[in-house]
Amino acid sequence: MSETAAIAVDDIRKSYGDLKAVDGVSFTVAEGEFFGILGPNGAGKTTTLEIIEGLREPDSGSVTLLGRSPWPRDVELLPRIGVQLQASAFFDKLTAREQLETFAALYGVTAARAGEVLELVGLTDKAETREDKLSGGQRQRLSIACALVHEPDVVFLDEPTAALDPQARRNLWDVLRAIQERGKTIVYTTHYLDEAEILCDRVAIMDRGRILAMDPPATLVRGLDAATHVILEKGALTEAEAREFAGVEEVHTDEVSLTISTRQPAPVLAALAERGRLDGLQVRTATLEDVFLDLTGREYRA
Amino acid sequence: MSRPSAFKSLAAAAVKGYVRDKATLFFTFFFPLMFLLVFGLIFQDTGTDKIKLGVVGDGPVISALEKTGTVEFERFDSMDAAVTKVRDGDLPGLVAQNGDKVTVRYAQSDQTRAAMVQGLVGGVVDKVNVQVTGQAPRFSVDSTNVEDQSLKGIQYITPGILSWAVAASAVFGAALTLVTWRKKQVLRRLRLAPINASTVLSARVAVTIGVAVVQAVIFVGLALLPIFGLKLSGTWYLSIPVFLLGTVAFFAIGMLVGAFAKTEDAAVGAANIVVLPMAFLSGTFFPIDNAPGWLKAVSNVFPLRHMNDGMLNFLVRGKGAEALLLPCGVLLGFTVVVGFIASRVFSWED
Ligand SMILES: Nc1ncnc2c1ncn2[C@@H]1O[C@H](COP(=O)(O)OP(=O)(O)OP(=O)(O)O)[C@@H](O)[C@H]1O
Ligand SMILES: [Mg+2]
Repeated sequence: MSETAAIAVDDIRKSYGDLKAVDGVSFTVAEGEFFGILGPNGAGKTTTLEIIEGLREPDSGSVTLLGRSPWPRDVELLPRIGVQLQASAFFDKLTAREQLETFAALYGVTAARAGEVLELVGLTDKAETREDKLSGGQRQRLSIACALVHEPDVVFLDEPTAALDPQARRNLWDVLRAIQERGKTIVYTTHYLDEAEILCDRVAIMDRGRILAMDPPATLVRGLDAATHVILEKGALTEAEAREFAGVEEVHTDEVSLTISTRQPAPVLAALAERGRLDGLQVRTATLEDVFLDLTGREYRA
Repeated sequence: MSRPSAFKSLAAAAVKGYVRDKATLFFTFFFPLMFLLVFGLIFQDTGTDKIKLGVVGDGPVISALEKTGTVEFERFDSMDAAVTKVRDGDLPGLVAQNGDKVTVRYAQSDQTRAAMVQGLVGGVVDKVNVQVTGQAPRFSVDSTNVEDQSLKGIQYITPGILSWAVAASAVFGAALTLVTWRKKQVLRRLRLAPINASTVLSARVAVTIGVAVVQAVIFVGLALLPIFGLKLSGTWYLSIPVFLLGTVAFFAIGMLVGAFAKTEDAAVGAANIVVLPMAFLSGTFFPIDNAPGWLKAVSNVFPLRHMNDGMLNFLVRGKGAEALLLPCGVLLGFTVVVGFIASRVFSWED
């Protein structure tokens, strides 16, 4: 990559007793990149983020964040990063607007920014609602707003889309894209493989403290050389008919559907079209879920 | 104003959290106020007691008696009616004046009061004699009230309840803020903001002092109402340094409690363990002067005892600036030592 690296992580490790929470993680994130860390519960995502943010000291290894070391606490670095912690951190009994105005003051930016970020995360109508009266998803969005109020260059979001309904999730994707378009670097963690595929320039798949794979999502999926599944309504075709198509590797029926697995979807689809059997047809290509399964031998469970 | 400082905005956030929490408001203001009112009203009867006297007729001695302000008159038209009242024990005595003749009748059943009545009337008669004859008395007595009157009722209870209330709200406030902020990750979030720990700390101390000042204004203001009758001494303003140092000392104790406690419940329990015994053994509710010697000695280890004494000495006893040294020294020492330990034990997260 030709751009300068916003973040360079070199072989960081962190143990809690016998448990290796982070076990030798290295990566770089370019300026303006949208970088995702994916993995199941306890994979070490939060620990990795918090080491980069300077909240935790690694047992070994080094981190360079915007050319500086985040540990020990560096007050000149702090205004340039924005952090949304996994558990939201709010002042007692303050309204959404007051939370943001307080954080704005801590960073020395004008109180007017509070209104702007509320608008950005779609909480304008909840501005005067107290923190303890917000729904889970609203708290999540307020928490993200708090991370953005001072216009940081690098934004860390720890599971920003957890607890959001599908609509709010999609809205938040727009927000995250808008942030990236302003040239910010985003590092975020998620359990949603589909979401990472849509949003991220690159993803790191993490499990048990290690990074198993790291690439643009499309590359990871392509690298799998996994079969494409063509799914038809049950009864649209018999198993025997399906097996006669060129390039079919496997045919499988369950209560509702018939699934054809193939590495050459084009001729299979052409054959189906010829027979006029395209009704209710679905095509499922390999996803990050398959990548995870392939890497760990375990089914992905968020 | 569009760019308030970190200090101001943190203080404002803490104040809002404070006033929006009804339970905190109750324990900061109304709860101690209830004690003040109850004790104030109880002591009002005994503390500002006046001797009741039956009065028959009129004359210079009667007027002079009335001017002493220590007696309350009940007037009668006839000697007989008044004597009956005294005999029935409704009045400790009576005074009658008819021309130059002054008559005193008293009930021997209440000897103390009887003596008081006789002494009082006798003294007044002497004074009037001197005035009328214009002859200088051969002996004169110089008597001034030293302090004991000031330890009666509301005079005693106001500094005590105020010190206790300030101590309790400083300890609980500091401990609970620290624990909740740690639990709710506010501390970690603050750590990520470009501010100094001292800004956060001083903003919180400022709020504690502000709350304490509001407590003082309310409590003393109420006690000064005629119904309670608090009289401040001429050196009341010397209580200000004691008050401020005491508040900060208890804030430091609250920080120590909050540094140890992992949950709100633990913090409340620990704060109670710290504050309650101190309140009972430092002379908040009863004068420590009446306590046994060993208890007095023990109570000296409590900062509340010194805050209490300091407040009492200046608010009502009218002591001079030299009496500042001991309470201020002790409270400052507490602040430094406890604050230092708290900073060692402190952690950003659990
Ligand atoms: N302070 C701590 N003390 C002890 N163990 C810890 C601590 N923090 C994390 N761990 C352990 O380290 C491992 C990694 O935790 P981490 O929070 O980084 O996982 P994660 O990938 O963020 O998980 P999740 O998806 O559930 O948020 C877990 O097994 C966790 O139990
Ligand atoms: Mg996590």
